Amino acid sequence: MAEAKTLPSYQRDRIDVHEGETILNCRPHSLADNVFNFCPGCTHGIVHRLVAEAIDELGIEGKTVGIAPVGCSVMNYDFFNCDMIEASHGRAPAVATGVKRVHPEKCVFAYQGDGDLASIGTAETVHAATRGEHITVIFINNAIYGMTGGQMAPTSLPNQVTQTSPYGRDVAKVGYPVRMCELLATLDGPAYIERVACDSTAHIRNAKKAIKRAFQNQVDGVGYSFVEVVSTCPTNWGMTPQGAFDWLRENMLPYYPLGVYKDVVADGYANAAEAALARAAECPIAQQKRED
Amino acid sequence: MAQTEERVLMKGNEVLAEAAMRAGCRYFFGYPITPQTELAAYMARKLPTIGGTFLQAESEIAAINMVYGAASAGARAMTSSSSPGVSLKGEGVSYMAGADLPGVIINVERGGPGLGGIQPSQSDYFQATRALGHGDFFMPVLAPSTVQEMADLVYLAFDLADTYRTPAMILADGMIGQMMEPVTLPPARDLSELPAKPWATTGTHMEREHNVVNSLYLTPQKLEDTNRERFARYDTIIATEQRQELMMCDDAEIVLVAFGAASRIARTAVRAARDEGIKAGLLRPITLWPFPTKAVDQVVANGCKAFLSVELNMGQMVQDVRLASDGRVPVSFYGRTGGVLPTPEEVLEQIEGLSSKLGKDGE
Amino acid sequence: MPRIIVDDVHCKGCGLCVDACPKGVLALDMARITPKGYHPAKLVDQSGCIGCSSCYLTCPDVAITVVR
Repeated sequence: MAEAKTLPSYQRDRIDVHEGETILNCRPHSLADNVFNFCPGCTHGIVHRLVAEAIDELGIEGKTVGIAPVGCSVMNYDFFNCDMIEASHGRAPAVATGVKRVHPEKCVFAYQGDGDLASIGTAETVHAATRGEHITVIFINNAIYGMTGGQMAPTSLPNQVTQTSPYGRDVAKVGYPVRMCELLATLDGPAYIERVACDSTAHIRNAKKAIKRAFQNQVDGVGYSFVEVVSTCPTNWGMTPQGAFDWLRENMLPYYPLGVYKDVVADGYANAAEAALARAAECPIAQQKRED
Repeated sequence: MAQTEERVLMKGNEVLAEAAMRAGCRYFFGYPITPQTELAAYMARKLPTIGGTFLQAESEIAAINMVYGAASAGARAMTSSSSPGVSLKGEGVSYMAGADLPGVIINVERGGPGLGGIQPSQSDYFQATRALGHGDFFMPVLAPSTVQEMADLVYLAFDLADTYRTPAMILADGMIGQMMEPVTLPPARDLSELPAKPWATTGTHMEREHNVVNSLYLTPQKLEDTNRERFARYDTIIATEQRQELMMCDDAEIVLVAFGAASRIARTAVRAARDEGIKAGLLRPITLWPFPTKAVDQVVANGCKAFLSVELNMGQMVQDVRLASDGRVPVSFYGRTGGVLPTPEEVLEQIEGLSSKLGKDGE
Repeated sequence: MPRIIVDDVHCKGCGLCVDACPKGVLALDMARITPKGYHPAKLVDQSGCIGCSSCYLTCPDVAITVVR
């Protein structure tokens, strides 16, 4: 059985836990008391909690630096108790790179949405991944620009109606959604890439495992870790939170299949570098031993 | 152990790199572009040998954001580029200003606009002193005119950046970057003696409230307060950090205003004018922002009757000279652009023209 | 006896916990309004709560504490 939890100090005067009761689950300590600025039913909050739980359980709050993106989670520096940096739109992986290079012993994560990560910040995303930066990237894919009011995202589905695709995303004119896990999995840099969802308790439990693993990898020096969370945007999808879960299952999951796209440890390697070396086994220059 | 001063013959771009490392810079992020490439190459060779990090970024934008990250983490960090690349860095510089992050940006200018050319130019004066990014902000801009100043000013830039929590820029040009001159290198800083940065995101270690590096303030009053606090710092910079060289200005009636490479040509022209008996002088701004307005006041008080701004552009700094002169003394302009350098003779002709006009006015 | 405690400071009345509860013992409390203006979730039948934490897992505002 899991260890009993304790309330964060700010909740002790308002959450009435009786004498003799054990806390099974409560707000993680690395979450601040600030109320999320997300709409009711927005799954960003679930993922924030999973990140905070991973930080708590690994005991790394004091050595973690998070990077907030531009988008709905722009103000997540108010929600996490670890040190936080607000980056410009799409640049979180570059900012994370700067921090990690200065403090390699710290745990650095970027939390980004689909517009931030897969559109304006694609170059930073791809290159931080291929450099094998020892960072953790949490990617919220809800197929829409939420903060600006529901425009077409790089991950909006074919025929999906948004403010800027009012007749439905016309793939003949604007092209196809980007599948980031599949794209990044072709690179040698990443150690771990998984796509999870947060539409059911089973999926959320699995998302928790993946996110914790992505942080654990950084602690263990395994390499770049990327977790995509297929998420909802009830407000801009124009649905109830419950209806949004149904739409996610019906339309998002067939287009964005859940699963592990890369896991060098499961493949039998200690880290991404070893896996990359093995992949280039036939290339003499890539096999050269380095002195440094 | 602190290194003592050494006198060596070096290329301007390499001196920028060497002096930056001596100033305590251990993190360099850049992207290749002519004519500043030697700087990055020098950093790539040397930084790893002193425990630093050189990283060639995927883009100019990524490079400045890596500086943003390293600066957030409390380190002295730098990026360098040339004009078209500096345009791309504008976003990141604005965010650094908004988040009050120190860092140094080098612009070894080339001609523009657009892809322009690769020859020396000063056509980014407006961009450097006015509009390197969106929003209300300035930053110290230092303009070296010799290889020695490349060393001295990059050293100073890191100190100004840390003192005032602001990005700072070295605005050099392809001529100073590419030339070799003897230089006395400054001593290497002891990293442990660099200013403490209690605001940096270095991890809370569960010993303090979390630090946040941020430029977002959705409450209008909070944003205005933040801007006002920053501009109070700018006021201090304007009051205390103006730097310039005055040459033969005690009795000068015609004062040339020129910085960087243009000032080297202007200097020769001023000497030639003096040989002809014309009371010419040179005011060479070393800080382009803050512009040395006090020095302008001084030469006006000394009896200056005409300013001539000499630039490698179509006329940019001349606007600051006019603002500083404030109608007291007429201001004219002479410039060549696109990598074409004016000859001292061309500039002397301008001085002679002004002199004969002053003579006529005086009759 | 397991039960849940809802923090009115954080609950936005989205109702995801109500749907997630396998025992159907949660509901939005239409008689109350939180300081932020939402009808908060509440445990309507404590004897039915099995402490499974499904509500906690699904709550997007981390408003639920599960105790036993």
